[in-house]
Amino acid sequence: MDYFLTETQQEIRDLAYRIAEEKIKPVRAEYDEKGTFPWDIARVLSDSDLFGSYIPEEYGGLGEGLFSGILVTEQLARICSGIALVFEGTLLGTYPLILFGNEEQKEKYLPRIANAEIISAFGMTESGAGSDATGIKSTATKDGDHYILNGTKQWITNAVEAEVYTVVCLTDKERGIRSATAFIVERGTPGFGFGKKENKMGIRASSTAELVFEDCRVHKSAILGKVGQGLRVAMDTFDMTRPVVAAQAIGLAQGALDEAVTYSQQRVQFGSKIASFQSIQTMLADMAMKIESSRLLLYHLCRLADRGDKDLTKLSAIAKLISSDMAMQVTVDAVQIFGGYGYMRDYPIEKMLRDAKITQIYEGTNQIQRLIIANELIREYNRSKR
Amino acid sequence: MKIVVCVKRVPEIDQIKVANDRIEASGAGMTNPFDMYAIEEAIRIKEKTSGEVIALTVGSEDSDLALREALSIGVDSAVRVWQDDIKESDILATAGILSAAIEKIGDVDLAIFGKQAVDDDASSVSGAVGGFLGFPQVLFVKKIREIDEGKLVAERATEDGFDIVETSLPAVISVVKEINEPRLPSLKGKMKAKKAPIEVLGLADIGLETTAVGAASPSRQIKAEEPPPRPAGEILQGSSPEELADALIAKLKEEKLI
Repeated sequence: MDYFLTETQQEIRDLAYRIAEEKIKPVRAEYDEKGTFPWDIARVLSDSDLFGSYIPEEYGGLGEGLFSGILVTEQLARICSGIALVFEGTLLGTYPLILFGNEEQKEKYLPRIANAEIISAFGMTESGAGSDATGIKSTATKDGDHYILNGTKQWITNAVEAEVYTVVCLTDKERGIRSATAFIVERGTPGFGFGKKENKMGIRASSTAELVFEDCRVHKSAILGKVGQGLRVAMDTFDMTRPVVAAQAIGLAQGALDEAVTYSQQRVQFGSKIASFQSIQTMLADMAMKIESSRLLLYHLCRLADRGDKDLTKLSAIAKLISSDMAMQVTVDAVQIFGGYGYMRDYPIEKMLRDAKITQIYEGTNQIQRLIIANELIREYNRSKR
Repeated sequence: MKIVVCVKRVPEIDQIKVANDRIEASGAGMTNPFDMYAIEEAIRIKEKTSGEVIALTVGSEDSDLALREALSIGVDSAVRVWQDDIKESDILATAGILSAAIEKIGDVDLAIFGKQAVDDDASSVSGAVGGFLGFPQVLFVKKIREIDEGKLVAERATEDGFDIVETSLPAVISVVKEINEPRLPSLKGKMKAKKAPIEVLGLADIGLETTAVGAASPSRQIKAEEPPPRPAGEILQGSSPEELADALIAKLKEEKLI
């Protein structure tokens, strides 16, 4: 099907899929089993110019915008959603710098991220601040030209491997979230360390751990954006990264469908290929239908984003919600088509199911997405009435 | 060092059928997989010794696909030899055309081929090019130990190991897949390769007559046919391993296989 991709976008998509097929497929089971970090794949993506596809050209990227980010994520996730996170997690860690970084901050970090010399991470979530992001407790206390960071950020993707982090802390406990401020912190800064590495159900090739700050001193030049702008940094970043989670979910679901269509034409029961049974056909059709409609919505959203449209919060939440719920249903059905074999680790399909679940949870649970959609909806109606 | 890497566009395996006594292929085709190792090796030698790599093919415009793939990975320029008279050229005629093109390119130190093309599996063109040019040839190279101006030391794969061969340059080599792991193209490389010029030469440009090629080739293909379908296997029945073994031996004796 023609998705009206530009020539460059087609090349990005095809190259990303080729990397996934040739370099990721042979190692995905091993990475899932061991839960180690796929540095070698980051290197391949960088050698192919794809690692920083969304980073502006003047900072060493391809300048192909959010659309390139979702194309790469989708194709990598089609083969391994966990390894795709080496790219996707870095995108999440890098968008705050792209959106809010000053010239000096961008020049310092973006070119090194574009060529995968370093990777980045973003830290908002805390043990008591998940769905309620405004409940963060980490503090940044002003001390002359410096700020002293204290607190623990939880479930941070790329935590142990990154070199540069954006973390959101309160500069004034009394004022709470209105004082939230984003800081750029480099690995190795005294007082900054890591907590335990999590043992996860899925996306196991991606590392997740705590960022621990104990009297960690950073200069005020490390502030990203302005003091008090921390929540906005996070929310604007999520507007860009929710589409990427949607892309991960769509890629994952497409991968499951690829496997299910192939398998159902090989597996013979009652003397016929199971693909000839209508009960299987309707499942395959439902899977394809849901994937295609999610993808069309996502591509439309990303075109708007790259055109510079503001106020994409609602559409971004819709895309993330629809795609991740869809990926969950599709992978469950794919396992069902594989039957007993689908439940076995010898086939890639059970991993896809395990990997799918997180897309309904992170970057805001799907329950929170519904609240975001409803809030935006009510706001739009009230505005148009005026 | 000036290196020519010879590449070939081949049909994809699932796009081939036999019809009207001929092999017919549809689809865009692909670069002969073995040639990817040749391209990679050529680029590695260039990276080590400096110089240039030229990709060369014989074929119609469809064959640009293989040249552009080579360009996208890092080959410097590409040459394609074609005119309609070349159609139906056999192995020897094709080798003659490649040899004349290599002479036309001039001052070539090394010509590299993949060990064979997956369409006809002939594995003969590289050797014939060596013969035409009067270059020493080392075929089925699995490792290049040493290469500099004037000398090559290579490991030539054999059935039970390898030979170490030393030769002067210029030379012709063919490579097996153990030699390297071909890199993937970069996006910038692919975009550049799309627009890169491809030099197209005719027979006159390389000093050949039409009487040496195409329908005038020394050999020609008379007919193509599908291999006969494999007969169904036979599953021996028996209640114990001993009984089955006896039945198997009896069967093998009956077929005069033992």
